[in-house]
Amino acid sequence: MSSLPAGILPLDLQQTNNLQAAVSGLTPLQLQWVSGYAAGLAAAGERADTPAGVPAATVANAGDERLTVLYGSQTGNGEALARTLVGQAKAKGFAAEAVSLADYKPSKLKRESLVSFVISTHGEGDPPDDAELFREFLLSDNAPPLKHLKYSVLALGDSSYVNFCQTGREFDSRLNELGAERIEALQECDLDYDEAASGWTRRIVEALPDLLATGEASVAPLLRAVTTVSEFDKSNPFPAEVLVNQKITGGSSSKDVRHIELSIEGSRLRYEPGDSLAVIVENPPPLVAELLTELKLDGDSIVTVRDKRLTLVDALTKTMEITSVSLGFLREWSAMSGDAGLKSMLEANDPQALSAFIDGYQIIDVVRQFPAAVDAHQFVATLRRLSPRSYSIASSLAANPDEVHLTVAAVRYEAFGRKHWGAASTHLADRLAPGDRVAVYVERNSRFRLPEASAPVIMIGPGTGVAPFRAFLQHRVEAGANGENWLFFGDRNFDSDFLYQLEWQRYRKQGQLQRFDVAFSRDQRRKVYVQDRIRENAAELNRWIDKGAYIYVCGDAKRMASDVNDALIDVLATENGLDRAAAEQKLKALRSAGRYQRDVY
Amino acid sequence: MSDLDLTEVERIKAASRHLRGTLAESLNDPLTGAIADPDTQVSKFHGIYQQDDRDIRSERTRQKLEPAYSFMIRARIPGGLLTTSQWLGMDRIATQHANRTIRLTTRQAIQFHGVIKRNLRETVADINRSTLDTIAACGDVNRNVMSPPLPALSSVHRQVQACAEALSEHLMPKTRAYHEIWLDGKKLDSSEREIEPIYGDTYLPRKFKAAFVIPPQNDVDVFAQDLGFITIIRDGKIAGFNVTVGGGMGMTHGETDTYPRLADVMGFIGPENLLAVAEAVVMTQRDYGDRSNRKHARLKYTIEDRGIDWFRGEVERRSSVKFSAAEKFAFVANGDVYGWLRDDVGAWHYGLFIENGRVGDFGERRLLSGLRAIAERHDTEFRLTPNQNLIVSKVADKAKAEIEALLIEYGIENSVHASRLRLNSMACVAFPTCGLAMAESERYLPALIDKLDAMLAGLGLADEPITIRMTGCPNGCARPYIAEIGLVGKGPGRYTVFLGAGFAGERLGAPVLDNANEAEVLETLQPLFTDFAAQRDEGEHFGDFLVRTGTVREVRAGRQIHER
Repeated sequence: MSSLPAGILPLDLQQTNNLQAAVSGLTPLQLQWVSGYAAGLAAAGERADTPAGVPAATVANAGDERLTVLYGSQTGNGEALARTLVGQAKAKGFAAEAVSLADYKPSKLKRESLVSFVISTHGEGDPPDDAELFREFLLSDNAPPLKHLKYSVLALGDSSYVNFCQTGREFDSRLNELGAERIEALQECDLDYDEAASGWTRRIVEALPDLLATGEASVAPLLRAVTTVSEFDKSNPFPAEVLVNQKITGGSSSKDVRHIELSIEGSRLRYEPGDSLAVIVENPPPLVAELLTELKLDGDSIVTVRDKRLTLVDALTKTMEITSVSLGFLREWSAMSGDAGLKSMLEANDPQALSAFIDGYQIIDVVRQFPAAVDAHQFVATLRRLSPRSYSIASSLAANPDEVHLTVAAVRYEAFGRKHWGAASTHLADRLAPGDRVAVYVERNSRFRLPEASAPVIMIGPGTGVAPFRAFLQHRVEAGANGENWLFFGDRNFDSDFLYQLEWQRYRKQGQLQRFDVAFSRDQRRKVYVQDRIRENAAELNRWIDKGAYIYVCGDAKRMASDVNDALIDVLATENGLDRAAAEQKLKALRSAGRYQRDVY
Repeated sequence: MSDLDLTEVERIKAASRHLRGTLAESLNDPLTGAIADPDTQVSKFHGIYQQDDRDIRSERTRQKLEPAYSFMIRARIPGGLLTTSQWLGMDRIATQHANRTIRLTTRQAIQFHGVIKRNLRETVADINRSTLDTIAACGDVNRNVMSPPLPALSSVHRQVQACAEALSEHLMPKTRAYHEIWLDGKKLDSSEREIEPIYGDTYLPRKFKAAFVIPPQNDVDVFAQDLGFITIIRDGKIAGFNVTVGGGMGMTHGETDTYPRLADVMGFIGPENLLAVAEAVVMTQRDYGDRSNRKHARLKYTIEDRGIDWFRGEVERRSSVKFSAAEKFAFVANGDVYGWLRDDVGAWHYGLFIENGRVGDFGERRLLSGLRAIAERHDTEFRLTPNQNLIVSKVADKAKAEIEALLIEYGIENSVHASRLRLNSMACVAFPTCGLAMAESERYLPALIDKLDAMLAGLGLADEPITIRMTGCPNGCARPYIAEIGLVGKGPGRYTVFLGAGFAGERLGAPVLDNANEAEVLETLQPLFTDFAAQRDEGEHFGDFLVRTGTVREVRAGRQIHER
């Protein structure tokens, strides 16, 4: 190989030189191996070697002509979409980079010229943890004028929450207020975001030639991968075999929590502790049957979903969301049913009332209470696409080669005089037996990663939120990590709901789990939660933080995460003699340093 | 004896600092419903056994949950005598902390089952508030002291009961550990030196059981006790005691050097020497009992190995009491007396049959509620019997009719449920809580009796008292080796069957069937019942009949029980 053509590469001069030095003198066979190696690295994305809390390679010359894609999301979805946009932009020869909002200095924004945001919203309108500090800056009075900035926002959300896409909306309107120029209307995406997101991505990429004056029209890739590292993803999920479907709550429990083990043998799927597994699910057949009966529709009638023709029963079982109610559905149903009460509720637009309604009703309940005559087509048109559900992975690949373990709480309850089911959880719990297959892919979560081996780790995971900490402990034990581990767990009843009790006991006996605190809310008159245990252990917890502990929280976003957050602030305040604001600052600093990571949903 | 020869339990006792162990820490460990392994031995001395629900043990393991641990708590009740307010206290504990039943034991004590760890302290405190305790109800110490309920002779009952209480008190461990751990939490001052004057630092090599008996009723099964006092009454006063030693039930399947053994009568002592002799017996066993093998550690083996004459000499030397020749006595039965009975001072007593000692509410038969109603409304006393029954005692004339009405109202009157065979039956707890159980006992015996009752009725033997006892393992809590029909659990649905024991508990039964299932048990008994009905002598008992006719070998000594 002589010299590399400069200028047309997605590499700067320094990188070009490094690459040349690295490959000079290699035999053709070695070069071929390096080519495959590099392709593998690319396919594996960030996971390879980037430790948590270390910012991804920072941009050399901010302000250069390039597209910066800033993402923030609780799951890996935002990151994946950002990387797709960057990949397509680069393929067209434009400089582009994806950066997590957690790693992005807000003050740099005024030197950017073109930014796309991919930003999700959680629960009742909360920003993802990644984006909290950035959002605070952006909405504050300190935010600078951004007249030179061109921007676009892709907002991810779940329309069964009233403050749907709230963070994206805030970003979009605030940037506009600050004088930035919107190049593309705010794109809101529901759980079934594929179509909307790819449309947005395409439009941005198509607009790039007018926005960025750089690059040649086309670039011939210099190195072509000789081996393709197949990575299963949303469009190409892996059919994993169910190995175990075991109830792990005791007989008297009010809950049915399953430990599910899946085989990923032969898939080359790889994951790290902290990652999630997305599961392609189907709806409960009795619910589909009930809907058909209620609507007096024929399951065999043919409908078209995204240009595909299929039977109504298949559409309702496999492709459409038929459990949770979205605002969009509610509006359309209100119009079709002509129900006055529904109409006035929607017009009143009281977020609390709407939230309460959406939380309490499933689609079948709406259909029943507010009857409307619809045909198969009309009905399907009111529905969102059924989206994959993700679960924090409960196993370490190192400890369980070729397996993924999940901890799934089966959602079943009685309301409005009928049985209700959670689609995904009952798909896993009730409808999959060992030997069956379920389509899955890995969702990376680079914002939820173990620290270096020697750092102490504090894990707070009540309920099924304990899942990733099973993975963490397995991984640390397997890797011989010598950092101390402290787990906070909570649930309803000690006797029946102590998930993975025998495993924690074994870790403790073997000296791998140094501290363990539990809170079982219903075992005594006064309810006790993990946040109470955190406060009770304030002094020790603070000592751990002082000696460099990383704090992880996983589980319910609605209440637990903020209760725990408050408790941590209290700990920092009381133990360090700080007022609340200062303690909050200290916790934020921990978060910025990657020492307070959350996976809440 | 070198340290290496000692059993693990001996080492745990020695390290326990007078029964403290790490119990306090174990109780506070939130990660498990169990206590640390060594503490499961220590806790027994406090009357507390760790158990788990064996019905769901394997299911829980699959669920990645530890076994469903709970605790059996046994209260110490010398002579089984309770005031009604103490009974109401026990009722509250059963209802609030345990499985809503009170289990009367074969030693006149009370057991609670299913108490979970986080309620243990509160339960023991509640027992203490009811003016009872659980000290030494289990463990390698003197257990609950038995004494006959003797409804017919209240004046004598009072005297013997006082002896039982005095003996129980005298042989109690003196450690403050119980109060420290369960009640006040106050630690022993490090300058204080705590001494166990009778037991020493490692207590006894094995459990130790003592009982008083008043002939002619052998309801306490005095020959099954390590230490027994056959009370000799003259002119309504205690003249003294024939002292028995070396009885004991436990054995191990397949190990012929373990066996049940009936006690030897050592001789007669005056009532003033009771405590001195008892203490000397305990201390001799403390010093000579085998601490290297728990299956050979009971007093019965010490006496078997060294001889009764040696033992008597050692006790006489230590107590400075000379035994005189045993007084004459005779026993007629080892069962209980049922129904209404008027005593020598004119008070009424109702001997209430409680199947297998389980006091609970079962459908129409509401024992727990019924006894609560009686205890709440009437100033009586309750006497727990050695056969797991209960006597409503000291009932005044005017209250008798009301109590009778309550017995009927709550569906618990004897005649309603009990055949003669059933009235003479006993079963230990076994599954699902007892960790030693190999087969069902309490949950199965009632159904087996249904079948045997049908058989007996067909032969005109419905009114024949025959003793039948079942245990889930060979340790023999329900004293099966001295029942005319003894069934000892060996595996699920499988029993070793002992026949030919004496109706008054004076002779051991012989093993006639090994590892038998129900069909084999019924097939074996049917022809024996038939012969018994046809060929028995007047008033002859089933066990005696089998031995007299040579159908079953007579077992003259425990060590011969395994001979073929």
